[in-house]
Amino acid sequence: MKVKGFFAVIAIAIVGSWLGLFIAVPNVLVLITSFLENDPQGFFHLQFSTAAYHQVFDPLFWRVFLHSFEMSFKAMIICLTIAFPFSYWLCQFSSKVRGWLLFLTIVPFWTNSLVRAYAIKFILGKKGLVNSTLLFIGVIDKPLKLLYSEFAVIFGLVYVLLPFMILPLYASLEKLDKNLLSAARDLGANGLQRMWYIVIPLSMPGILAGCLAVFLPAMGMFYISDLLGGAKNLLLGNLIKTEFLSTQNWPYGAAMSISLIVLMAGMLFIYYKAAQHVQKRGEFDV
Amino acid sequence: MGQGVLISLEGISKVYQDKVVVQDLSFTIHAGEFFTILGPSGCGKSTILKLISGLEHPEEGRLILDQEDITHLAAEKRPINTVFQSYALFPHMTVADNVAFGLKVKGVPKQEIKSRVLEALDIVRLSHLASRKPAELSGGQQQRVAIARAVVNRPKLLLLDESLSALDYKLRQEMQIELKQLQRKLGITFVYVTHDQEEALSMSDRILLMREGQIQQIGSPREIYETPNSLFSAGFIGEMNQFDGVILERKQARIYIAELMGQQCQIESTHDFAVGDQIHVLLRPEDLRLQEVPDTTKETGFVGHITERNYKGKTLDSVITLENGNQLLASEFFNEDDPDFDYAIDQKVSIDWVHGWEVVLPYEG
Ligand SMILES: Nc1ncnc2c1ncn2[C@@H]1O[C@H](COP(=O)(O)OP(=O)(O)OP(=O)(O)O)[C@@H](O)[C@H]1O
Ligand SMILES: [Mg+2]
Repeated sequence: MKVKGFFAVIAIAIVGSWLGLFIAVPNVLVLITSFLENDPQGFFHLQFSTAAYHQVFDPLFWRVFLHSFEMSFKAMIICLTIAFPFSYWLCQFSSKVRGWLLFLTIVPFWTNSLVRAYAIKFILGKKGLVNSTLLFIGVIDKPLKLLYSEFAVIFGLVYVLLPFMILPLYASLEKLDKNLLSAARDLGANGLQRMWYIVIPLSMPGILAGCLAVFLPAMGMFYISDLLGGAKNLLLGNLIKTEFLSTQNWPYGAAMSISLIVLMAGMLFIYYKAAQHVQKRGEFDV
Repeated sequence: MGQGVLISLEGISKVYQDKVVVQDLSFTIHAGEFFTILGPSGCGKSTILKLISGLEHPEEGRLILDQEDITHLAAEKRPINTVFQSYALFPHMTVADNVAFGLKVKGVPKQEIKSRVLEALDIVRLSHLASRKPAELSGGQQQRVAIARAVVNRPKLLLLDESLSALDYKLRQEMQIELKQLQRKLGITFVYVTHDQEEALSMSDRILLMREGQIQQIGSPREIYETPNSLFSAGFIGEMNQFDGVILERKQARIYIAELMGQQCQIESTHDFAVGDQIHVLLRPEDLRLQEVPDTTKETGFVGHITERNYKGKTLDSVITLENGNQLLASEFFNEDDPDFDYAIDQKVSIDWVHGWEVVLPYEG
């Protein structure tokens, strides 16, 4: 008992200090930095100021932010439309086959995502796989400009983030009791109605978890935009990175990070409240 | 009860991965009937319900519902509803929404859905729980929601798969009576699956006894109890004492003299036996009559010693060991004259039975 308790304390201490050192402390530092004054010569002045937050409400920033939001949102929707049928299809197999298929799905994603982003460059480039194939078949007679566009950024985001949608969706669809679908069929529901009234509501936690797991990182994936997007298709991560590394306006970068976190928290909260409200009452309650 | 034929299965077979689960099955169910499918676990009872509801399709054979061939009709289009073995209530919907589901997907107007849901919940006495979630209900209540969800659609046929097996003894007895009343009130044909023979006997108009995907016997509870057509039927429905014997003489049309364990006795049977045929004679424990005899008498007939006695409330159940080592079970009702009667262990008894109540079957090997 004693020894067990000792190891438990050690384990908790290690995990606790790891989380504290690498998550809590940096976030607190970012929060503090966002309330400091900018110093054109260095990174910041040790002087309280809300100037960085005024800058956040600059229309120029908002334009970039909205475009970044839009691209991430599109990537999320595309991930969902690919991952949902795919996960549903996976669940039709016996558990042994399912394990293998899931494994095969995940394996490519063990390669570093930066490397894969470079690979996309070669696929979408002027002399890339897509263009040379289309030229060869004769669908087009001069190469399409696929790279350095919104399309390329979304393509890259979808490619890199797809497993983060598949895994939570698969987990919740796998738990779905098949008897419920039989019951719905027995009660006269066709395939679409079964999907709409049974499968989707019951896998909603998975859908939302997947959407968040794609959308939130998508906003910050600056290297995707760096490699594939060009100057016009910046993600929020690019702005933040620029402020920290190039412009060296740390308070502004920190304020953007904090604003992003607050916005996300707000969205989660609204979703949570909405879900609570919907669940409370049934349509035909008497 | 049971005028016209409602549904008939004609030569239905179902194969799962090379395993024949239901084989060349043919029977009919009459309108308004409480029809029970009884059989041991894994004999194919649930499979038959799935074939009728359309959740599975047969490899061979036809299904005729109300003179219409529904063999290839999709489950969602059949006027048949099921109360599932596991209830399968939709966990994310309230009780009322669960009950409303079938009507909603068929596009019934909202106002009508409301009144019919209310009516169905009234029938199962659950209107006060309409806005609860299934997880907030007891097993018996969930069961009743599942029934309401099915009957609200006014199906021609209601299928119930071991619907009471998850309930405790007392609730189960109550629900048996409730189901029976409900069936009379609604006039819907019920097909009820169970592996509990007592439940089958007390609730059914007719019973289909199954064995390994085939029909073993089909008939009223009384027919199956009193004239089982095989050792399997006899053994599955209630306890049976079994003697093996040989026909010695045919006295009249249905009366034979047979030898049972060295004793000659008269038996009755509608079977056509020839002299020398081997037979099984089966006797229900409650049909045996015991008589205490002094240890010293040289009694003729069947004699044995009481080796065990169990007080069962309404009956006294005794195990008798015969001279040849065979054991019998006798079940005697207490009567008013002698409410305290009991046997001493090792008491010598002679055994007789109500003649004509024995079941005689050809030897099955
Ligand atoms: N989907 C399936 N795939 C393969 N075999 C199956 C399938 N469903 C049932 N079986 C097999 O068919 C046989 C009959 O199953 P069924 O469920 O009809 O039995 P049952 O009589 O309802 O049993 P229980 O009383 O245990 O519910 C069993 O041997 C079962 O293993
Ligand atoms: Mg079953």
